[in-house]
Amino acid sequence: MTTYPSPSGATAEAPVGFRLSRRMPERLLEVSDLRTAFRTPGGLVRAVDGVSLTLDRGRTLGIVGESGSGKSVLARSIMGLLPKRNVERSGRIVYDGDDIAGLDRKRRRDLWGTELAMVFQDPMTALNPVQRIGAQITEGLRFHLDMDRQSSRENALALLRSVGIPEPERRMRQYPHELSGGMRQRIMIAVALACGPRLLFADEPTTALDVTVQAQILNLLASQQRERAMAMVLVTHDLGVVAGRTDDIAVMYAGQIVEQAPTSRLFGSVRMPYTEALLRSIPTLDQPRGRPLQAIPGRPPNLASPPKGCRFAARCPYAQDRCRKEAPPLVEDQPGHAYRCWYPLQPGAVSATAIGVN
Amino acid sequence: MLVHETETAAAEPAVLPAEEIETAPTRRLGVFGWFSILWLGGLTLLALLAPILPLKDPDQTYLEIVRKPPIQPDHFLGGDGSGRDMLSRVIWGARTSLTISVSAVLLGLLVGGLLGLVAGYHRGKLDAALTTLFNVLLSIPALVLSLSLVAVFANSDESVSNGRKLTVLIAALAIVTVPILGRITRASALAWSEREFVKAAEVLGASHGRIMLREVLPNVAPAIMSIALLGVAVAIVAEGSLALLGVGVTEVASWGNMIALGRSDLARAPHIVAIPSIAIFCTVLALNYLGDVVRARFDVREAAL
Amino acid sequence: MGLVRELGKRFLGLILVLFLVTLFTALLISMVPGDPVDTLLPVSDSSPEVAAQKEELRHELNLDDSLPERYAAWVNDFVHGDFGNYYRTSGADPVRAHLADALPVSLQLMIYSQILALLVAIPLGVISAYRAGTLFDKAANTTAFALLAVPNFVLGLALAYYVGVWLGWLPPSGYVPFGDDAVEHIRRMILPAVTLAAAQVAVYMRLLRSDMVQTLQEDFIQMARSKGISDQRVLWRHALRPSSLTLLTVAGLNVGTLIGGAVIVEVLFSIPGLGTSIAQAIFERQYVALQTFVAVLAILYVLVNFAVDVLYTVVDPRIRHARARN
Repeated sequence: MTTYPSPSGATAEAPVGFRLSRRMPERLLEVSDLRTAFRTPGGLVRAVDGVSLTLDRGRTLGIVGESGSGKSVLARSIMGLLPKRNVERSGRIVYDGDDIAGLDRKRRRDLWGTELAMVFQDPMTALNPVQRIGAQITEGLRFHLDMDRQSSRENALALLRSVGIPEPERRMRQYPHELSGGMRQRIMIAVALACGPRLLFADEPTTALDVTVQAQILNLLASQQRERAMAMVLVTHDLGVVAGRTDDIAVMYAGQIVEQAPTSRLFGSVRMPYTEALLRSIPTLDQPRGRPLQAIPGRPPNLASPPKGCRFAARCPYAQDRCRKEAPPLVEDQPGHAYRCWYPLQPGAVSATAIGVN
Repeated sequence: MLVHETETAAAEPAVLPAEEIETAPTRRLGVFGWFSILWLGGLTLLALLAPILPLKDPDQTYLEIVRKPPIQPDHFLGGDGSGRDMLSRVIWGARTSLTISVSAVLLGLLVGGLLGLVAGYHRGKLDAALTTLFNVLLSIPALVLSLSLVAVFANSDESVSNGRKLTVLIAALAIVTVPILGRITRASALAWSEREFVKAAEVLGASHGRIMLREVLPNVAPAIMSIALLGVAVAIVAEGSLALLGVGVTEVASWGNMIALGRSDLARAPHIVAIPSIAIFCTVLALNYLGDVVRARFDVREAAL
Repeated sequence: MGLVRELGKRFLGLILVLFLVTLFTALLISMVPGDPVDTLLPVSDSSPEVAAQKEELRHELNLDDSLPERYAAWVNDFVHGDFGNYYRTSGADPVRAHLADALPVSLQLMIYSQILALLVAIPLGVISAYRAGTLFDKAANTTAFALLAVPNFVLGLALAYYVGVWLGWLPPSGYVPFGDDAVEHIRRMILPAVTLAAAQVAVYMRLLRSDMVQTLQEDFIQMARSKGISDQRVLWRHALRPSSLTLLTVAGLNVGTLIGGAVIVEVLFSIPGLGTSIAQAIFERQYVALQTFVAVLAILYVLVNFAVDVLYTVVDPRIRHARARN
């Protein structure tokens, strides 16, 4: 463990991000009925349509969904990283006891980097191509924490080492395009973690990487999280990514959460047919060769004019009349397990081992 | 230009819609578009019909309106330094200026377009030679080049006829546009020549000439149309510049020589310079706007392919 | 390395173009219809003295030699600093002195107008991009568009008259060397520099805005924002540099264009630069002098373009590495 400064004056041996504060609430984030809509020439696109979730300190929430489900928008909405114009947002976002939804830009910027941070999908495009690595890391340190050049450099070196970059002195002076994809992603993580945030959003952190590197990065994220007692929201379309690495999972479809449960329980008792379809579509090693991949037929609905009934009805193999007419609400039967379906699958009908997910 | 490594990712397309980007140009014509068309159309009509319109003689001097500002009885736009009717002169001037610029650009299109087409289609040594030719022509600033050409060929002695001056002027301006139009045509022809339907025509036994004319040219044409419109605007201004420098047409009225002649009266009668200046301004504005609209419309079509 | 080879190729192309351009200008005088000597010495006197003078001139200009010989002689003279003469009734007047006086003046005008244009265009472009779609942006864009439609001589005339004469704020013509009187020098260069800069501002502003709007949508800008740094910092320290490539290219190319394209402005404001020299040489039918000026201009232009190309790689490290890799 190295010495890092921290605004609240942490002790010398504490890891970055560990703050001693008098009130240490368990609940870090509480989102209520968040809605984000974009004004486009084609109409008002409701990318996030009434999402509520909570996240406790140090825990990991996985948000899973296909393209266009609104998961990335959700992450950015909570953070507040949306375009300035043609965006309508409503709902409550309570972070560490304070409502941050209505914050003005300056105060939100104060939170970014120091409390909330984001790791983006493609490290090639997310790092400034004409700025050296070192500068990109130290910028946050110098801006938020007012460090001088010497200390920020030392911190940056330590950060690079902690994310597993060899020869950090050399890397500091290089440009992003001189490094491999995996290294770039590590650096992006270092940049995000520089000022010790307590909540990290990882938006598809491994999608742009080789399969071999993916596991490394996910492990890195997990270890950083443990060291810093950081909460994490892991956004991905890949159920395999969230399977062993999250505490809770929320499945999103067409702007809404359609199933939510602790990870340990989700795979054992899937209720929502969409989740089942997602699980089925994961190819496994022990499938017989030549068996076609099970894609979900059809396409997600148009978010500018969503259908009246259940949004998944058009593609659901179990759909009935009621599904097409009335939109099901999110209900919770076992504590912690919520789903949005009129005719949920029965527990045990789909078993995790049967589809090869551990 | 920029080599940009992109690792292909089977990932979510951009979720956030782009912020409102382009304010202009739009593909729709809009108010400005229609104004531009009306202005240019009206101007062309007036210029063409000048001889039969009920206009005063542009060279006739009327002593009573010398340097008188617009709205005079019988002379709507007043008189110039010698007492000639401004309204008539500005319309006859339009005739001259438009003739010069449009001819120059058409000539430049013909020569430059052809050369560019050949260069882009055949590639290889021919392309290299033509590109070098373009670069050489482009290495002398346009005004200086046209100025020199006109000076050498049409001003070397006092006895040069106005007809010859006109011809040389048009030729000089055309020569200046050749490399620009040539380059653009070449780039477009290069791109289009790679397409399958060109190869298909080749395989069917069509001659090079036929392919260039029937397959490549129709696709290249829209791209250079917009440049041609802008080119006419530039040529109009160039004519003005050359007139101011003393090497334009002299006997007949043109917008350029109206400004050149009116310069000495700028203090007393600014309208003499102002009127042709406004005419040039509106025409150039209209041409620029339409050029942009044409480019926007056809750029999109190309991008969609 | 790939980079050296790439630059080497371009250098060869440069030499080729220089050769052809100078060939063209060197032979310009031969293109004059009629006997060039008669044009230069338009004396109708057919006395033996005059005839001898004309013979001498003919010999001096190598007019009896073949084309290649003439070109070789011209290049030889040029490289040795012999730039020909003005042929006046008072005698031969070497061009070299005039060139030495005129060239720095044009350079000054070009530098001032470029600096002015960039100083105005860069902030306008950045703000327009930041506020893309707002009233400010639309207004700025429309103004730029309209400004581009105003011919520079009209603007020059208007400025010279209204600011120079009517308001009397600044002198409308004339030139004072910097060494003589710095203040007057600046005062007299303001109007011509503004005239030249006006069109550049419009072009640069739109270029920068367009590139910047693209850049602002890139992921790394979102990333920079998410670090919590101020919007100003994101704009100026993150977004500006990657967006400035086209602008710098065009500005660089303009350096060459402006040296020659300022002819009109120089003439209007009586600035004794290269442009005025050219206009004067044409007026006086001094084609030998004209040859020299055009050649000098062309050479400068080609060299500047080459330099811009080389500079390209310095601005964007990606290009440097891409070229080296290829």
